[in-house]
Amino acid sequence: MANGSTMAVDSGTATPSTRPRAGSLKKLARRRSTTALLLCAPLILLIVGLKVYPTFYAVFLSMLDRKMENFVGLANFAFLLTRPSFQLVVFQSCLFAITAVVMKALLGFILAHLMHNIRGKNQRIWRGLLLVPWVIPLSLSTLTWWWLFDPSYSAFNWTLNWLGFDSIPFLGTTWSARIAVIVVNVWFGAPFFMIMYLAALKSVPEQLYEAAAIDGATAWQKLIFVTLPMMRNIILITVLYSLIVTFADFDIVRILTNGGPQDSTHLFATYAFNVGIESGNIPRGASVSLFMFPILATLAFFVLRDVLKRNKEIST
Amino acid sequence: MTSVTAGAGAPPPRGRVGSLERQRRWALRGSFAALGVFVVIFLVPPFYMIMTSLKSSAEISAQKGSPWIAQSPTLDNFVFLATNPQFQRYFLNSAWVTGLEVILSMTIAILAAFSLSRMGFKGSQVISTGVFLTYLVPPSLLFIPLFQVVGSLGLINNTWVLVLLFPTLAVPFCTWIMIGYFSSIPKELDEAALIDGASYPQILWKIFIPVAMPGIIAATIFAFTVGWGAFLYPLAYLYSADQAVLTVGIVRELIRGDVFAWGTIMAACVMGAAPPIIIYTFLMDYYVAGLTAGATKG
Repeated sequence: MANGSTMAVDSGTATPSTRPRAGSLKKLARRRSTTALLLCAPLILLIVGLKVYPTFYAVFLSMLDRKMENFVGLANFAFLLTRPSFQLVVFQSCLFAITAVVMKALLGFILAHLMHNIRGKNQRIWRGLLLVPWVIPLSLSTLTWWWLFDPSYSAFNWTLNWLGFDSIPFLGTTWSARIAVIVVNVWFGAPFFMIMYLAALKSVPEQLYEAAAIDGATAWQKLIFVTLPMMRNIILITVLYSLIVTFADFDIVRILTNGGPQDSTHLFATYAFNVGIESGNIPRGASVSLFMFPILATLAFFVLRDVLKRNKEIST
Repeated sequence: MTSVTAGAGAPPPRGRVGSLERQRRWALRGSFAALGVFVVIFLVPPFYMIMTSLKSSAEISAQKGSPWIAQSPTLDNFVFLATNPQFQRYFLNSAWVTGLEVILSMTIAILAAFSLSRMGFKGSQVISTGVFLTYLVPPSLLFIPLFQVVGSLGLINNTWVLVLLFPTLAVPFCTWIMIGYFSSIPKELDEAALIDGASYPQILWKIFIPVAMPGIIAATIFAFTVGWGAFLYPLAYLYSADQAVLTVGIVRELIRGDVFAWGTIMAACVMGAAPPIIIYTFLMDYYVAGLTAGATKG
């Protein structure tokens, strides 16, 4: 497409008198598209073989019985829906993803604004420090959180006792474990939101604020009528993207609680791992993770709309 | 009030009113104070990780005094790990797997991005959109069917399986970053080269790669971080200690039995977190550029 303009000019000048040239040109174009396809081949092979095919294969697997011999249709899905432990998984996944993303978005927004007030070299240093949670491999930092929450050695509880409060069994009771899991996710993800929002804030033209100031807008009005509309797209795409990733989260719950206490903190991914890999019921595990699919597909649809807009911008 | 501040502050060299200046300074101080609180909160886990790694097992189990500070700091945990053949294996496995993954992913991504952004053929738009879509399919949806696929390839409990699977984590986004960077290169540049008789490989090698170097560095960093920190695939497909990589090795093997050697575990975490952190401190701008790539255009 990039060279479409040159090609068009060339074929325009290729009047009947220069027919052989036009033929070789066509050959050149054909060779070009063959090369183009060849360059894309590894990508297509990888995506089709290890992403598209497994997705469809999962659908097939989910319709087999435990021994993977008989076809049982939607029985696995129906069975899961009647199981209280799976209903808890659905509830916890929604609670986890929505609460965590809302908190990450809010915290990221506040941090980005604070950061935006500081200009120059200082900003680099502060931004650098705040992004550290995002850089440490999640499984390793979650291990540290576990150690912070550890029932007998918890450093948090030591601090609480020191301040005169009672100890809290952070990972021992349902709701404190749920909150703990969310806290770790917010801690890990908020810096990402901050970076995205900071980039968005920087791209808002200064003149808009000047114009608003001349019209007598207060700081609050500037935020509502200038900043938010200008950042709308980035806020939207970051939230959607983060919802997908948070819904599909595995590391935090697996390491911190492994679903406990009493299966109350399981997410789709960790539950699927327990059922599919650890208990060896591959079809049922596949159906557990497939329950994520409609949710993710809906979110992806909205992301895609935005992405297509970008594609159009690039190609023009 | 605030509106006046911003209005007067807009043309920077002019109009320095004392009270406005003071107000600004207070806003700045407030931001610094709030950020300071946030930074302290956010850095609690890394701080505690380092502190614990400096404690001996005796000190941890004694539970005397504040757990936040190592009373008699020692490097024993690090020495133990550095000379422990098992930990060396994890580290080495992580290193070569991630290295291969980065090379593979970047090769695939650069070739494809060049073709998709410049050589435009029928369906190239569909492919680039499709690639982005698959980026949104998380590994936690795929690890069970992949278990069967990997099993039929005979790669269960073989570290090579990660070389095969890690590129799926990195390639879609790397391709996406590279398409963005390649598209920003002026078309006149490669048209001029074409007229001078350059072939496509030459254009890619001599023009695109050097010009898009910042994008390549950003994408490489992304590919590295993703591979180094991956947890689900190695946990699902590798079960014996000699095949494990760092993340899984630390989580699974060091926590054996009833005795949690937390000093050693935290020291292992520090060593495991070190490579990404080092890359991050030196190449922060590229790292951030990789994160925000594509977003600011949307």
